[in-house]
Amino acid sequence: MSILDPTNLNAYLFVSTVLFALGSYAIVSRRNAVSVLMGIELVLNSANVNFVAFSRFTATDLRGQLFAIFVIILAAAEAAVALAIILAIYHNFNTIDVNEIDSLRD
Amino acid sequence: MLQALLVILLLPLAAFVILTAVGRRLPRQGDVVAVGANLAAFAVAALVFVQVIFGIHDPGFHRTWQMDYLRLGSFHLEMGIWLDNLTACMLVVVTLVSSMVNLFSVGYMAGDPRYSRYFAHLSLFTFSMLGLVLAHNLIGLYVFWELVGLTSYLLIGFWFEKHSASNAAKKAFLTTRIGDVGMFIGILIVAWKIGDFTYEGVFAGIARGDLAGSLLTLAGVGLFLGAVGKSAQVPLHVWLPDAMEGPTPVSALIHAATMVAAGVYLVGRLYPVFNLEAFWIIALVGSITAFLAATIAITATDIKKVLAYSTISQLGYMIAGLGAGAFTAGLFHLWTHAYFKALLFLGAGSVIHAVHTQEMFDMGGLRRKMPITFATMLVATLAISGVPGLSGFFSKDAILAGTLAFGMAYGGVRYLPFVLLLVAAGITAFYMFRLFFVTFTGQPRDHHKFDHAHESPRVMTIPLIVLAVMSVVSVGIPFVTDHWFAEVVKAPVLGAHAEAGHSPAAEASPAAEPSAAAEHSPAAGHGAFAVTHEHEHAAHLPALAGSILMSGLGILMAYLTYGRGVVSAAAWSRYLRPLYLLLKNKYFFDEVYQVLVVRTVLLLAGLARLFDIYVVDAMVNGAGKLSARLAWFVGGVDLFGVDGLVNGLAQTVIGFGRAARKVQTGRLQNYVYGFMGILLLIVFVKMFR
Amino acid sequence: MGGEFFYRLVFTGLSAVTLASALVVVSSRNLVRSAFALLFTLGGIAGIYVYLAADFLAATQLLVYVGGILVLILFGVMLTNKIVSVELYQGSARVGRSILLFAGLLYVLFSVFFNTEWRLRGRPEMESTVESIGTLFMTDFLLPFEVVSILLLAALIGAVLIARHEVRGK
Repeated sequence: MSILDPTNLNAYLFVSTVLFALGSYAIVSRRNAVSVLMGIELVLNSANVNFVAFSRFTATDLRGQLFAIFVIILAAAEAAVALAIILAIYHNFNTIDVNEIDSLRD
Repeated sequence: MLQALLVILLLPLAAFVILTAVGRRLPRQGDVVAVGANLAAFAVAALVFVQVIFGIHDPGFHRTWQMDYLRLGSFHLEMGIWLDNLTACMLVVVTLVSSMVNLFSVGYMAGDPRYSRYFAHLSLFTFSMLGLVLAHNLIGLYVFWELVGLTSYLLIGFWFEKHSASNAAKKAFLTTRIGDVGMFIGILIVAWKIGDFTYEGVFAGIARGDLAGSLLTLAGVGLFLGAVGKSAQVPLHVWLPDAMEGPTPVSALIHAATMVAAGVYLVGRLYPVFNLEAFWIIALVGSITAFLAATIAITATDIKKVLAYSTISQLGYMIAGLGAGAFTAGLFHLWTHAYFKALLFLGAGSVIHAVHTQEMFDMGGLRRKMPITFATMLVATLAISGVPGLSGFFSKDAILAGTLAFGMAYGGVRYLPFVLLLVAAGITAFYMFRLFFVTFTGQPRDHHKFDHAHESPRVMTIPLIVLAVMSVVSVGIPFVTDHWFAEVVKAPVLGAHAEAGHSPAAEASPAAEPSAAAEHSPAAGHGAFAVTHEHEHAAHLPALAGSILMSGLGILMAYLTYGRGVVSAAAWSRYLRPLYLLLKNKYFFDEVYQVLVVRTVLLLAGLARLFDIYVVDAMVNGAGKLSARLAWFVGGVDLFGVDGLVNGLAQTVIGFGRAARKVQTGRLQNYVYGFMGILLLIVFVKMFR
Repeated sequence: MGGEFFYRLVFTGLSAVTLASALVVVSSRNLVRSAFALLFTLGGIAGIYVYLAADFLAATQLLVYVGGILVLILFGVMLTNKIVSVELYQGSARVGRSILLFAGLLYVLFSVFFNTEWRLRGRPEMESTVESIGTLFMTDFLLPFEVVSILLLAALIGAVLIARHEVRGK
């Protein structure tokens, strides 16, 4: 627990890393498409945390934060589109099990 | 002179070529060409004869012409012509008899389907024989020797549809072949030691002593073997009676007068090559043959067979004479015998032509039906029986005198030739007159045949008459000019040159005095004989007496048995049955040869055949099978190995492909996992480097 | 000082909440539970932003992420509830290798982060960033700002189009 020192960069890096790993895990292993989307959000957020942490501890300006804002905006757009796609897939395949959606298969 | 000789030689060859090429299409199938060519050759030969014998009249005369024929490195061979007194006589013999036979054949062979080919063969033979007597070296001699053998084969087997004829031709060829091998060995020994093939070279070499001792004897015997074969001496005589399968004019030409005389000629020509040992063998062989053949002739019933054995016997006379040193006598007998034997055969041919049979005991009484034939045959029979006044008397008497002198000079067992020949003379007279009486006198035995008989046409009787005349005058004018032969044909002497002068003995007079020549060349030629003039003088009278006595006895016995029928031949053949059977079966020579020689050869042939089938063929087939199996194996390798490899490769690729396909799941998460995983892997690797 | 301790305590709590919720997000079989856990995760992250002196960002996070995106996701979950009422079972093989990936990532990232010597700036002041960010948006980052707004528009239209198309297509 000594790693969780808010005055130290490492703490924030720890959090973002774990979030990233968890998010990746979710992307790769979850069967539900929405779950995969959630994993994506986790990954984005972990990147954001990274940006802001570095902005605070190593940068002289606020670019990191600004970039994080942009990320949030784009995440929003992306989430909307993703959900629309998921709906479309459901209508076409009658399922949102990613295992079943393999039309690109050889 | 050379041109004349070439003309004589080449005329019959030209006739052969023409007849072979276009014979069939010529008018009368070209028989005119044959007869004409041979007669022309005779004419030229007669001219040469007169020129040499009476013009030059030199016993030591000889001339050669030669040209280079072959050059192989250090070996070179010339071909050429040798002319001496002996050659001149031989030329006349060959061409005269040949012309007469050709003329006779026009009548005898009329209607034969292969008429023109017959004449072609006859002319080829004549050419070969002429080449033989004109050759100037051993190779030329051998070449023509073989040619003569070939043409003999062709002519004996002329009616080749008859198995007996083709078999007889084969037998003749094979039997003489045996003799030819010996002759070739003899030639090789001479060539090896002396190195020269020409007669001159060979004689010179022997005089120098290049070839001597047992090797010389061997060479002599080898060469003599050729004569044994060709001249049908015992033991190679078995082919001649069978050769009677050929047309009778052929028998007259080849197997009476010329080809069989080639052996005698050989001995005469190569006289200096033989040493005393060789000569003794020659004399023995000749006299035994003369005796044996005469005895067989007593029991023969086929007219041609009688004449065949008669020929063998008379040839034995000549050979024996030569072997005993009576060079001139032996060759003189060759000269006279040619004419009356040819006449005998042609006469027989005339008879056969008339009665269509060869069995004497189907004939009889033909005197009335065929007067010309009868008369001429009588002349010939008298001549061969040695009746004084005819040519045969002079020559036979000369041989008897010569062999008696030989016996006197050496004594002991060396009298044997004389004894055998003397007895044979009596037997000869007997069986010849037996033939004569049975055929021409008495009552006809087969009336059917007799009725059909008629005298032969002129083409056939003219030769008979000509030959009959020759049977009398071939000696010159009897009792008047009967020395001419002896004056010019004398034994060659090595080293010393022949002397022109000679003792006025009636017969054989060897030239140089052998006793005077201190050096007896161990090699030969006549110079080796120890027979002297004294011997000859001493032998002259007894021989004469004996000769006349035996002839008379023989004729008398024949007359009593077959002329008058007083003595019964059938009865005698019963009393002496074993002897009779022995003679009737020709001393079983053929049977013995069949078992000893023929069966052995056939056995060997069978073995060779088996070897060929089971060994050679097995190897060849085995090789074939091996190849096939190899090919099958290679095919298998190709199919399973190579193809397997190729296919396997393809299968592997396909397998990889199938495996690789599985990556394309179409599932996103797999892809994400994939690239993230690999990314991680790369980082790991980088980290731990 | 007590303040120091409290400071750290809250931070630890925030981190714990964030991470624990994330864990629930990724491992819950219940989709709704998963979505709600995501709520807490995002909230926790907002708190962490505060500790990083990014006040505007924290607010934005709460407003947009939690208030917008999460709500959207929740709608999506609710709408597709009948399909996914049956809990989907994960393939164990997949889990295995995913955990492997998880572990690998952790290891790699940890070793990178904690072994690198970051050039630290020292502890700056905690001040409000609103004004700064607003200024930046209007000056240095104007273009991206405008582009992003167009992008949002496009995304909006696109999303509607995609979803609506399907309804029409039926």
